[in-house]
Amino acid sequence: MKIHEYQAKEFLGENGIAVPKGQAISSATDARSIARDLGGAVVVKAQVLAGGRGKAGGIKLASTPKKAAEAARTILGSRLSTYQSGGTGYEVATVLVEEQVPIARELYLAVTTDRATACETVIASAAGGMDIEEIAAKDPKAILRETVMPGAGLWPYQIRKLAANLKLEREPARALGALLARLLACYRELDCDLLEINPLAVTTDGRLVALDAKMNIEDNALYRQPRIRDLADDAGEDPVEAEAARIGVSYVGMDGNIGCVVNGAGLAMTTMDILHLLGGEAANFLDVGGSADAERIAGALKLILTDPSVKVIFINIFGGILRCDIFARGLLEAVRQSGANVPLVVRLIGTNQEEGKRILNSSRLSFTVDDDLESAAARAVAIAGGNA
Amino acid sequence: MSILVDKKTRVVVQGITGKEGSFHTRGMLDYGTKVVAGVTPGKGGTKHLGVPVFNSLEEAVAETGANTSAVFVPPPFAADAVCEAAEAGIRLIACITEGIPLKDMLLTVREVTRRGARMIGPNCPGLISPGKAKVGIMPGPIHRPGKVGVVSRSGTLTYEVVHQLSERKIGQSTCIGIGGDPIIGTSFVDCLWMFEEDGGTEAIVMIGEIGGSAEEEAAAFIKKHVSKPVFAFVAGRTAPPGKRMGHAGAIIAQGVGGWPEKRAALEAAGVEVVENPARIGDAVAARLKPKRKPAAQKKTVKKGKKKR
Repeated sequence: MKIHEYQAKEFLGENGIAVPKGQAISSATDARSIARDLGGAVVVKAQVLAGGRGKAGGIKLASTPKKAAEAARTILGSRLSTYQSGGTGYEVATVLVEEQVPIARELYLAVTTDRATACETVIASAAGGMDIEEIAAKDPKAILRETVMPGAGLWPYQIRKLAANLKLEREPARALGALLARLLACYRELDCDLLEINPLAVTTDGRLVALDAKMNIEDNALYRQPRIRDLADDAGEDPVEAEAARIGVSYVGMDGNIGCVVNGAGLAMTTMDILHLLGGEAANFLDVGGSADAERIAGALKLILTDPSVKVIFINIFGGILRCDIFARGLLEAVRQSGANVPLVVRLIGTNQEEGKRILNSSRLSFTVDDDLESAAARAVAIAGGNA
Repeated sequence: MSILVDKKTRVVVQGITGKEGSFHTRGMLDYGTKVVAGVTPGKGGTKHLGVPVFNSLEEAVAETGANTSAVFVPPPFAADAVCEAAEAGIRLIACITEGIPLKDMLLTVREVTRRGARMIGPNCPGLISPGKAKVGIMPGPIHRPGKVGVVSRSGTLTYEVVHQLSERKIGQSTCIGIGGDPIIGTSFVDCLWMFEEDGGTEAIVMIGEIGGSAEEEAAAFIKKHVSKPVFAFVAGRTAPPGKRMGHAGAIIAQGVGGWPEKRAALEAAGVEVVENPARIGDAVAARLKPKRKPAAQKKTVKKGKKKR
């Protein structure tokens, strides 16, 4: 789960990491008084769950309280479309008004968990302010990684190495060790899978201040992070993906016109792949999970049908724990409930497949039933392309 | 032969009295697996599905000689269950549980290794040596005893591939689902190594997916150490970057984990990468089961020699 910059900064502040003074607001009139309190010159930052806000016009410098209010008025309520947000962008409901910090240099600092070593890893670069992908593309050597020893923190030699690579003077170099210890503590306590500070400012007076903060909390750990769970913000979420989460299926919208219902994530990706291979394109990734009952299948069909480009639905189920006969009955019920009015191509195989097929074939609803993965997929592609 | 599980496997089910644990214990028993014990703290001394239930792993191991565990306990307690099994001397722990926090696994994988044990998973279907033992949740009847080792990051996709193999009368030595999470106990490389060493395995099918670098690491290992034919399928060719495709591990991020890189690495290691997921069985059959026609005679001879 992603949380907003202002929320992440609150957690950083609690953990003793320096952040600019500021306040999150949802009304432009408040911007004026806050800017006055902060000494006049401020930054007004749109709070949306996507990177690339600066380039999209979501971050504005204001030299006076009056200009701060103007900036807030422009940003609040606008739709911010960044390179990370996708097509329609996000409506801005909150802005963060912050003091301007005297910046000498901007660094990149992040903590994440590396799969290959199964360790937390600190990533740093002197080229702050840019996207890490951008830095990596320009000069991979500009990125430094230090593996954190499990149960311990970074060793002093690792911190010295980082400080040297970031070309830090004596004062900020000393501050870096404490900052990293706090950052790692925060990362662990909140079950993050990414904690990124970009940029981390070296101020003209030698302090390290987190100018931005991106914090992702691992979904599997939300059960033990009640404070984070309470911050859930549906505003930036795709409504279809949110509905999918509610009914317990995982769904990702795609650009094609063949709706897919599959059990298992690997098989769901594979189903998209074979459609592509045969000249079609999936309208979605959809994994109904291991225990798909009529209600869940109906929910999945309804979700798919909200996409007007869907011309056919391809149902690819490998019955293991989920028995084909039970799925078939669920599917009949689901089709009735959802009023699906597009052709359905069904491939149902595995445990009790014969009984499952018998149920589908003897119903008055019309399905194309095919055991073979390739010919079933080809059939769906043909229907989607208007060739069937 | 087979790897990791066989007729000597004696299973203890952790979380045996729960819904999932009960259901799959029955499945394992039906397959003929020796399920010798169950553990649910507080329910010791009872019997469940005819299997004696204990309060702790230590008791279960002492009383029944269990050497393998299947973990079905809910995510908040799963890391604890795995560590307890390792401490009690269980050598192979199949952690089926889905949804365990990453942080819990960081320490668990180390603890398991320190105890000299092996964890499969988490978030996996488990493993099966057809005709011998099933430790997990896969449908038993689709499998067929034989000589192809299968290792996969996925669940139902593995069943799909096994189904294709069995339909073409190609049996399996052992099929292992290593799990879809970013941090797992047993990697492709571990399994490839064991399959390479196993006299009962003649070829290996590897089913990967986008995200992470496990397939690239496997490719590097195969290039150096694997002499048996390896076939691979990598799911997620059409997945967009930055979107998590169901599995926590299946996401193309920061320029790593994409399909083209994985394919290139595997092909450079001499792996036959199958593009069409419906033809994985055919690809294996074409190389392992040459028809006895004059033109293919050379291959038949070669195969006979290999068998010795």
